[in-house]
Amino acid sequence: MDNNATTPMDPRVLEAMMPYFTEKFGNAASRSHQFGWAAEEAVDYAREQVAKLIGADPKEIIFTSGATEADNLGIKGVYEMYASKGNHIITCTTEHKAVLDTCKHLEKMGAQVTYLNVQADGLVDLAELEAAITDKTILIAIMYGNNEIGVLQPMKEISKIARKHGVLLFTDGTQAVGKVPVDVNADGIDLMAFSAHKMYGPKGVGALYVRRKNPRVKVTAQMDGGGHERGMRSGTLNVPGIVGLGRACELCMQEMAEESVRLSAMRDRLENALLQIEEAYVNGNREHRLPHTTNISFKYVEGEGLMMGFNKNIALSSGSACTSASLEPSYVLKALGLGDDLAHSSLRFGLGRYTTDEQIDYTIQAITNTVLKLREMSPLWEMYKEGIDLNSIEWAHH
Amino acid sequence: MAYSEKLIDHYSNPKNVGTLDKAKQNVGTGLVGAPECGDVMRLQIEVDEASGLISDAKFKTFGCGSAIASSSLATEWLKGKSIDEALTIDNMDIVEELNLPPVKIHCSVLAEDAIKAAINDYRVKNGLPEMVAEKKAH
Repeated sequence: MDNNATTPMDPRVLEAMMPYFTEKFGNAASRSHQFGWAAEEAVDYAREQVAKLIGADPKEIIFTSGATEADNLGIKGVYEMYASKGNHIITCTTEHKAVLDTCKHLEKMGAQVTYLNVQADGLVDLAELEAAITDKTILIAIMYGNNEIGVLQPMKEISKIARKHGVLLFTDGTQAVGKVPVDVNADGIDLMAFSAHKMYGPKGVGALYVRRKNPRVKVTAQMDGGGHERGMRSGTLNVPGIVGLGRACELCMQEMAEESVRLSAMRDRLENALLQIEEAYVNGNREHRLPHTTNISFKYVEGEGLMMGFNKNIALSSGSACTSASLEPSYVLKALGLGDDLAHSSLRFGLGRYTTDEQIDYTIQAITNTVLKLREMSPLWEMYKEGIDLNSIEWAHH
Repeated sequence: MAYSEKLIDHYSNPKNVGTLDKAKQNVGTGLVGAPECGDVMRLQIEVDEASGLISDAKFKTFGCGSAIASSSLATEWLKGKSIDEALTIDNMDIVEELNLPPVKIHCSVLAEDAIKAAINDYRVKNGLPEMVAEKKAH
C-alpha cells in the first residue's frame, strides 16, 4: 500500500535488462566496436520508448540517475542558463523536497523564489500564480501529481499562464508519468523530471525532458565530463537501467488505461470503506487526483501508533518516505491547512500494479480494527465524545 | 527499526487502559503532552487511604506505539507503590525496560511527567503542598 514510495519491479522489465549486465555490457559511448554499438542501440530504443509515453521527441530525453537529479538539473540548469533574463522562480509549498531544497539552494546563490500556498484541496490558485509573475520570472516549477495526497495540478492552465508571460514551465512528473496520460505538448510542459522506480522499473535511473521546439529550452549541465546526453549530463550511461526505464515506460503505455481504471476502483472501495469510520477525512481534492492514491486522516488517533497495529502485514506510511524517519508531521498536509494534530493522524495509501482485492479487504479490516482499538485508549477521543472542546484545553507543549 | 518484544506486547495488549473517577478525593489525574506534538498522556492513580499505597492506576494515551507502551508500563509499575516510591520511577528505567530507540526517549519522559502530574494532583487535592519537580528537558 506504499507504492508512492517505490514500486516492485515488473519481471518483464527485469527480463529486458538482464542481457545488459554480463552479455551486452558495452559502453554506449564506445563508437569503435560492436559492444558499444549494441549498448548505444539499446539506449536509443529506450529513449524512443520513454519519449513515446510522454509525447516527446527522443532527442528531448536526458537520462539521469533519477527524479531528484532531474529536478536539480532542470531547475538549477534553467537558473544558470537564463541568468541574464532574470532570477525569479515560482514554485509551491507542497512540492517534493527535491524541488523545494533545490530552490532553497538557489536562494543562497541569489535567486528570488516565490513559494505559493495551495488551496485547502491542494490545488494551486491560478490567479495567485499569475499575480506572482514578474519581469524577472524565468521558471514556474509546479509538480504534476502530489506524492502524498495525489492531487493533480491543472498543468494545461498553468502552462497557458506561463506561455502568456514567456516563462518556462518545469514539472516534477515522478508520481504522474505512467499512471495518468501525460503529454508534454498537450500539457504545454517545457521540462519534466521523472523516474523509473515509481513505475515498476529499477531504482537509480530517471529522466529529464527538455523541450527542443517552441521554445527551444537549454539547461546548463550540473555534471561536467565527457559531454554525454548532448552535453547536458555527463557520465557513462547506465545502460541496463535505461533499458529498464524504457521497458517500464512501454508497459505503462500499453497498460495504463486499464490499470488506472482498476486501481481507482480499488482505491475508491478502500476509501469509502475507511470513511465509514467516524471522524475520518480524505485530504486533498478527490476529483483531480492520481487514480491509485488517497490520504486519510483518522482524528484522535496518532498515525505512527496506528501503523504499528498492522505494519507487520501492511506497508504504509504517514507521509513521504523521505520524511518518514523524522517525527515531524507532513508539511504537505500542513500546507492544506491541517493542524499538526490532524497531520499527525494521517495515512497515505498508494496502490499499485500488484495490489489485490484481498489486500484491500485485509487493509480495510486491519485499519478499522486498529483505529477503533486505539480510540478506546485515546484521551482525546474520550474528551471528544464527552463534548469537550480540545482547543479550550491548555496543553503542555513539549 | 525493530521494536523490542516487550514494547510490542505493551502496545498490543496494553495494561490498565481506562478512566478513574477524577472527582474522587483519592484519585490523582495527570494530563501531559499536546495533540499538536503527537502525544497526549492521561495517567491516573487511586490511593488507598488506609495503607497509603497506589491501589489502582489507569491510562489513556494518544500517540505512537512507544508512548502507549511507556504509559502502560508506568501504570504497571505504579500499582502497589507508595507515593514516595512512585516518585522514584525515572524515565531511563522505562527506556531500558522497553529498549526505546533514541528518537523515542521523549515518550518515556512524558510518562515520567504524567506520573508526577498525577501525584501532584493527588497531593493538592489532599491539602499537601505541590512539589516543584525539576523539569526534564524535552
